[in-house]
Amino acid sequence: MTTISIDNVSRWFGNVVAVNDITMTIGPGVTGLLGPNGAGKSTLINMMAGFLAPSNGSVTLDGEAIWRNEQAYRQIGIVPERESMYDFLTAREFVVANAELHGLPDPQAAAQRALATVEMEYAQDRRIETYSKGMRQRAKMASALVHEPSVLLLDEPFNGMDPRQRLQLMDLLRRMGAAGRTVLFSSHILEEVEQLAHHIEVVVAGRHAASGDFRKIRRLMTDRPHRYLVRSSDDRRLASALIAHASTAAIELDLREDALRIQAVDFAGFTEFLPRIARDHGIRLFTVSPSDESLESVFSYLVTA
Amino acid sequence: MSVTTAPAGRGAMKPQATGPRLYHPTVARLTYRALLGRRRALLLFLLPLLLLVIVSAVRALAGADDTTANDVLQGFALSAMVPLVGVIAGTGAIGPEIDDGAIVYLLAKPIRRSTIIFTKLLVAVGVTMAFSAIPTLLAGYILNGNGQNIAVAFAIGAAVASIAYAAIFLLLGVLTRHAVVVGLVYALVWEGVVGNVVPGARTLSVQQWALAVAQKLAHGDVVSSNVGLTTSIVLLAAVTAAATWFAGRKLRSLKLAGDE
Repeated sequence: MTTISIDNVSRWFGNVVAVNDITMTIGPGVTGLLGPNGAGKSTLINMMAGFLAPSNGSVTLDGEAIWRNEQAYRQIGIVPERESMYDFLTAREFVVANAELHGLPDPQAAAQRALATVEMEYAQDRRIETYSKGMRQRAKMASALVHEPSVLLLDEPFNGMDPRQRLQLMDLLRRMGAAGRTVLFSSHILEEVEQLAHHIEVVVAGRHAASGDFRKIRRLMTDRPHRYLVRSSDDRRLASALIAHASTAAIELDLREDALRIQAVDFAGFTEFLPRIARDHGIRLFTVSPSDESLESVFSYLVTA
Repeated sequence: MSVTTAPAGRGAMKPQATGPRLYHPTVARLTYRALLGRRRALLLFLLPLLLLVIVSAVRALAGADDTTANDVLQGFALSAMVPLVGVIAGTGAIGPEIDDGAIVYLLAKPIRRSTIIFTKLLVAVGVTMAFSAIPTLLAGYILNGNGQNIAVAFAIGAAVASIAYAAIFLLLGVLTRHAVVVGLVYALVWEGVVGNVVPGARTLSVQQWALAVAQKLAHGDVVSSNVGLTTSIVLLAAVTAAATWFAGRKLRSLKLAGDE
């Protein structure tokens, strides 16, 4: 059982605060670190991986500091986001080298096991520079697994993978989590995290926005106020009918756009209610478009929730 | 994909107990292959080749002459070729790995950073010596058949300079992404021009220290240096040790920032 503890951690680069007073604990099982691009996910993972010192606070592995502690790598396996490896090596040479660097007693056998785990034996004697993105990802995985670490850190592991490779990697990570390892992966795609992680940590603009199982996060996301832009055959009449309903919080008549801007509080209620009320009043709907569905707006709502 | 591994934390994968050591053969192998596998390694072959072409032409045109041998070995081999090979080998031993991020695979291991630096230094020194001291020896033999022991003297001078250059340029490779440019400026401007022309700067020139060693080994007074032998050896050792120590220290706090 290995636990990574992040206690009141901040990290700034000059005047830019990348991580702002975050406290979280990553325990056994699969945890998803979710947030938009530039939220500070990589900075957090780099601190957990011992590649970056926290400006404030502490990052520990079972109570031991990770920064400047090479021995921590006996327990940590890292799959970096960057593509570069020793491309002039074959995957087998690369994974064997990683096993040797870990000081394993039988590097060849350990490498063979790791390559079998990621199903890369068929291409293990080809140079890495000839690999596709998905194959590279699996070679990286093999190198991270070669010493059978109790903690696995993956930075955006699904980027650029095709659906089949994605499912394979998800399956592998799920099994590793079930086997009691502490698996943490970052992603900016909610569906990805939802499919895999039993626990989600959401980071937005360097701050810890939410934490919990995916149902809780999903509910937070769908229950937020939604904004819509609506155009109809009679905007004023539609507005007066809508405002009477509890699912609507505010309506603005946008004369320039010749449309209604509606803020709904109950997502499910509003989407059922709007077409019904239009039909009942004989109003035709021309446009119904959500105006804040971008992931960033969803995330920024979470920060203030 | 299937998982064939046992639950986490089992004892079968216990790594071998190893005490602190300065040299790691796997780090050396990766460094050596990266260094000689890249395109810039072509320069490692071209520079010595150029030296051999030049000395062959000089020998054919001017015949065997001790002063000419000294001029060519000092003017091209020691003041240009050795530092340039040092730049390629020293910065190339670590710079590209830091630039492209592959160094992660070395750093995320239970290996002391000083071991990584010292191993890379050994490889850089070996490569610099192989591509500068050996060609210098050959060039000396071509020029005057090792008359006045000039070939051996310059070859050993080049070997000694290789150690200091490798350490300095390895440090540059850790310190800056522009290590090659900074290294070239240092090698050509400081060592090539300032070190030869400005009197005070001569004392702080690897080239002059190496010349002091060559002067001691060469017979007669064909080879001369502006710096005494003892001072040179002390400075060579001090610069090499300080650069290596500092590189290890910088690598220990090397920050691998993400793409954010």
